[in-house]
Amino acid sequence: MTETGALASGDWLHPSLLLIAGALVIPFLRNRVQQGYRLLLSLGFLWAVWTIAPGVYGSFAFLGLDLVPGRADKLSLVFAYVFSLITVIGTIYSLHVKDNVQHVAAYVYAAAAVGVVFAGDLVTLYVFWELMMLASVWLIWRRRTPESYAAGMRYLLVHAVSGVLLLGGIALFYTQTGSIAFEQIDITGPAFYLILIGFMINAAVPPLHAWLTDAYPEATVTGAIFLSALTTKTAVYVLIRGFPGTELLVWLGAIMALWGVVYAVLANDIRRLLAYHIISQVGYMVAGVGMGTAIALNGSASHAFTHILYKALLFMGAGAVIHMTGKSKLTELGGIYRYMPYTFLLYMIGAFSISAFPLFSGFVSKTMVVEAAAVDYRMWIWLMLSMASAGTFLHTGLKLPYFTFLGKDSGLRPKEAPWNMLLAMGIAAFFCVFIGIYPAWLYGVLPAPVDYNAYTLSHLFWELQLLLFTGLGFFLLLKHVGGEAKISIDTDWLYRRALPATARWVRDWGGAAWQGTLNLSLRGIQGFVMGLARHHGPQGLLARTWPTGSMVLWVAIILAGSLLIYYL
Amino acid sequence: MGQFLEYLVKSARTLTWVMLGIMALLVIADILIPTGYGRFPFDTIGGFGALYGFVSCVLIIVVSKLLGYAFLYRSEDYYDDALPEGRPAESTAETREGRDD
Repeated sequence: MTETGALASGDWLHPSLLLIAGALVIPFLRNRVQQGYRLLLSLGFLWAVWTIAPGVYGSFAFLGLDLVPGRADKLSLVFAYVFSLITVIGTIYSLHVKDNVQHVAAYVYAAAAVGVVFAGDLVTLYVFWELMMLASVWLIWRRRTPESYAAGMRYLLVHAVSGVLLLGGIALFYTQTGSIAFEQIDITGPAFYLILIGFMINAAVPPLHAWLTDAYPEATVTGAIFLSALTTKTAVYVLIRGFPGTELLVWLGAIMALWGVVYAVLANDIRRLLAYHIISQVGYMVAGVGMGTAIALNGSASHAFTHILYKALLFMGAGAVIHMTGKSKLTELGGIYRYMPYTFLLYMIGAFSISAFPLFSGFVSKTMVVEAAAVDYRMWIWLMLSMASAGTFLHTGLKLPYFTFLGKDSGLRPKEAPWNMLLAMGIAAFFCVFIGIYPAWLYGVLPAPVDYNAYTLSHLFWELQLLLFTGLGFFLLLKHVGGEAKISIDTDWLYRRALPATARWVRDWGGAAWQGTLNLSLRGIQGFVMGLARHHGPQGLLARTWPTGSMVLWVAIILAGSLLIYYL
Repeated sequence: MGQFLEYLVKSARTLTWVMLGIMALLVIADILIPTGYGRFPFDTIGGFGALYGFVSCVLIIVVSKLLGYAFLYRSEDYYDDALPEGRPAESTAETREGRDD
């Protein structure tokens, strides 16, 4: 997918370096000056990314490796565009926050994500990959609750595993091919799978997904916006680049799409519900990567683009509710639409977008992936993805807003969210509607030329019927779909419960067994020592001092004997 | 804006009937107007989208809840014993006061 030929090349200022260097100044600034600076910095980053012409920049050799930090082709650019856009939106959303650690972490994180998508070689990719993890964990820890500390630690450990697998895969790849260029990984053997699994962990492909729904709901209100946008979507990018047409991913993607939906039914925490729908939505992208056709890869890239915007909008809406009420559970919320009407309406724009309602952004991207399944005659995949689509509307578009903003009055009387939060949500909402109405804008930046029209009669009929009758089902089952004051275990149960329990079991029983063995052998040794002591000890039979009388007697006997023998 | 929304919520009954009317028209239109796709056997069945949407919705809710009650649901403090000690376990509006995150 690299485009060579008449392209720009040479030296450049890597936008990631610009953003990282700029972020390091933040702690020295205060109040309004700092707010203005952060806004300017994010806009500068946006400008730096959007003005990059396709080409290869800044390549150099280091320790015999050809490093390519600046490969900008259409595929990397479309991801970089939306990453920089969300950085601006996230900055505005977090303008009121006074926590320098978060600000620096968020910018380094965004810079690293852009670094990954511009990386033309696996070593550069790995460096930015790890930087992403190290920066992003602070967005979780800075919530400063015991839960967020523990969740951040688990997040770090899982991503450390992803990093180790990736590094191992890269090393093997290099020994096998003698190259570190990052193109489609078309070798066989362990290197292929190590790199694939490393990528899949970050894409949150089940069963390697639980870090996401574990950690994101514990992140800070503003940090979650960056988290929801960057990690999984860089993983989608590297999968598109490295593993297009890997059949396994089609099925994993479809399972992912439904997995998220099932858990969203059970979720009570609003951001956990949204996090499960990240997994569900990324499932479409992963399935698209697996199908590997031009329309499927375009679908994945465009769905990543729209997804980042509407998912950030949804997280911003949920975050605004948490920020204003201090509550995050459906069972504790309800009836606050009167007090936060703008938050509610902006959230609904995100909800209609993720549900793929016509005229909203999800419709022009999600249907492209589903269409890709149709043109390949993959009926089961098509049905699974359509079912997940119904589930998406069911939770993000109906369950969450109904039980948060409408429904039973919870007695909460929050004020409307601050202006900067509303503005950030407004910008994201604008793009959700704009892309939905004018998809050509998005289609123009996709990796392959687009020959696809979302607004066919068939798509409209199908999608509207699917969604509206999902709504019918929701209202008929309204009594049974509300949140319950429970949590549901996922595959993280393995390392949060099963492994520690096993370790404890091994410790307890292993300890007991060791003690038993020790006691048993001690008894043996003790018996031996006691025996020795009995015979040779101070009171022992063999250690008794012999009486001199008997010695004299024996000497006399021996002398007498020898005298006798002499005379004989 | 809040008042407008309140007005909409008050007229929920009317809106429900309007919505049901739209849905009925949609299904009728889908049955009457051929859409031109025939890639799957069900593409040509009018109103299949409506059926599939409704069945999906019910299936998702029922299956998920069954899984929840049978295997997945736990009490909210299920994982709490693994938390670091000595700090408040609950992050309430009060303890968060004066913090900007």
